[in-house]
Amino acid sequence: MSEYAIRVENLGKRYMIGAQTERYKTLRDSLTNLIRLPAEILRQGMGGRKEEIWALKDVSFEIKKGAVLGVVGRNGAGKSTLLKILSRVTEPTEGFAEIHGRVGSLLEVGTGFHPELTGRENIALNGAILGMKKREIERKYDEIVEFSGVEKFIDTPVKRYSSGMYLRLAFAVAAHMEPEILVVDEVLAVGDAEFQRKCLGKMSDVAQEGRTVLFVSHNMSAILRLTEETIVLEKGRVAYRAPSAEAVDYYLTSGFAQSGERYWLADEVPAEAAPFRPLALRVRNPQGTIADTIRSIEPFMIEMEYQLDAPITGLRVGLYMLSTHGDHIFSSFDTDNADEFNQYVMRPAGRYVSRCSIPADLLNDGRYILGVNASTFRVRRYFQDEYALSFTVDSTGAPGMQWAEPRPGPIRPRLSWDIKEIG
Amino acid sequence: MTETSATKQEQVEQVVLLKPSKGWIALNLKDLWLYRELIYFLTWRDVIVRYKQTVLGAAWAIIQPVINMLVLSFIFGNLGRLSTEGFPRPIFTFAALLPWGLFSKALSDTGRSMLSNRNMITKVYFPRMIIPLSSILGGLVDFSIQFLVLIGMMVYYKFMPTSAVWTLPLFLLLALATALGVGLWLSALNVLYRDINYILPFLTQFWLLLTPVGYSVSEISPQWQVVYALNPMVGVVQGFRWALLGTAAPSWISLGISVVISLGLLVSGMYYFRRMERTFADMV
Repeated sequence: MSEYAIRVENLGKRYMIGAQTERYKTLRDSLTNLIRLPAEILRQGMGGRKEEIWALKDVSFEIKKGAVLGVVGRNGAGKSTLLKILSRVTEPTEGFAEIHGRVGSLLEVGTGFHPELTGRENIALNGAILGMKKREIERKYDEIVEFSGVEKFIDTPVKRYSSGMYLRLAFAVAAHMEPEILVVDEVLAVGDAEFQRKCLGKMSDVAQEGRTVLFVSHNMSAILRLTEETIVLEKGRVAYRAPSAEAVDYYLTSGFAQSGERYWLADEVPAEAAPFRPLALRVRNPQGTIADTIRSIEPFMIEMEYQLDAPITGLRVGLYMLSTHGDHIFSSFDTDNADEFNQYVMRPAGRYVSRCSIPADLLNDGRYILGVNASTFRVRRYFQDEYALSFTVDSTGAPGMQWAEPRPGPIRPRLSWDIKEIG
Repeated sequence: MTETSATKQEQVEQVVLLKPSKGWIALNLKDLWLYRELIYFLTWRDVIVRYKQTVLGAAWAIIQPVINMLVLSFIFGNLGRLSTEGFPRPIFTFAALLPWGLFSKALSDTGRSMLSNRNMITKVYFPRMIIPLSSILGGLVDFSIQFLVLIGMMVYYKFMPTSAVWTLPLFLLLALATALGVGLWLSALNVLYRDINYILPFLTQFWLLLTPVGYSVSEISPQWQVVYALNPMVGVVQGFRWALLGTAAPSWISLGISVVISLGLLVSGMYYFRRMERTFADMV
């Protein structure tokens, strides 16, 4: 018996560029390619260069049995590709991975759920899809139903379920499959707070039972709370591996590009963002200089520069501010106010800057994370990067600095107090 | 509790090595066996879902072939005046429509199966062959219902099953093998080339004309019989009629050809499918 649950060596996965945009071939393409082939070869030389990207490259790591490993990385860093390979959905292009035990994953919640089938029928079906034996499903059936909390509707087709009920039932099945290795990916991004609490609870149960967990998340506080060790993926490679506190710190600070400013290169922007093209996100101090550190007692600006390659109606560009624990502090959109909302119903193609002023005396000292989002309300999300940039707030001169003690909480407002002697 | 430890032990054994596979790979039928319960569940799902929210429900399994029978009888009988070797045309046609219906439904279902199960393929591992396989097995339920209708017709027309009726499962197996072979090719090709969606209806129609469903094999002149038998469904249909109604027996030669072609399609389909399987999740 090996001491490792997962051993990965020089794992790489290559995708051909274009495979994503032209999602499938037609016979006609193949035939015309066949005809063009001799000409292509002459033109390009025998090498036949094809545009390719490595979603993963030279990734090596191992997880000991019973360990809980966190995986963090920006969008497109290769996290989902890694999980897809480890859960055998797709093959690696090079290298190998050795898996000891059954892999279960919470990214598969609701896989194969059929809207026409009842809750009861879907439990059976979904269990089988996740690799459970019939006997195993029957044995755990009551437990699953109880855990999901949808007893009353268990004989109703799931198409009549609310999305919350659907998710709870799906999660209940996935949570009861008792794999030796559990892979969790971003499920925490869906569902209400109650559901997320359940997910995390289930995960720490699994970890405490001595099973192996691979936890992929954007939620830094969850990573810190649940994992001992974390690897940071950057552009398909393992950039860092360390005890979680250290790795999260690395990810949140040096993992980000330029200080006070974040550029998006063309290859970092997913194709589905078009016609929206993010260019840069900057933090500027009151003097107008780009700054990584700003003072809490001064106002500052956050600006998002972007290009529209075609007009968009109803576009809103938003900012999220998060603490390093991943908790939202606020979200705000550039058309929140009536004036801008009415003026920019339709934004013609062109280059734009959406600038937001943050008042003085708002934030506590510490590090903050900025996320950006470009969407049209309930229609489409063009682009989202929840961890685009981080910056530091220095609270020198803020109210209460006469006492050298940390103030808990992300905000440190200057509030007016009134003290009266009343007796 | 002993049950738990048993399953635990089963799982501990499992070591999987994930690496790029090259060239032709083994069929991995062992994995298919391990996942046999999933085959059952997916078949069951396809059957249940098919007639949910239809007014007539499973009656469709009967209505479709009956209408087909009427149409084919009209075209080949009243218009074409093709022979039925002296058998009543309705039962002569229906006995052929049974395996044909199974086959044509299998073609259209498997062709689409990989795409309609896309969300499973991109998220969980299981031997992908299960998908076309279970969409074919789902057709057996319709087949059984239609078989009851046929028994009713046999009673009405006063046909006793012949002594060769025991061969019926063999011909059914031949139909299933052919359907699976063609289905594997179609479903794997459809992941790569969506043209298959458009080709399928023509393919099925064309194939129907090349199969003696509406007419008798005796309509084909003897020197073409061997070529004609290249279509394995010829052997199947002929066998069904022979076993049930007592028409002329299929010749050993044409039967042999049908079996060889059918197995050829099945084995090549399985290998092609396995070869393509590794990229399904990226392509579908």
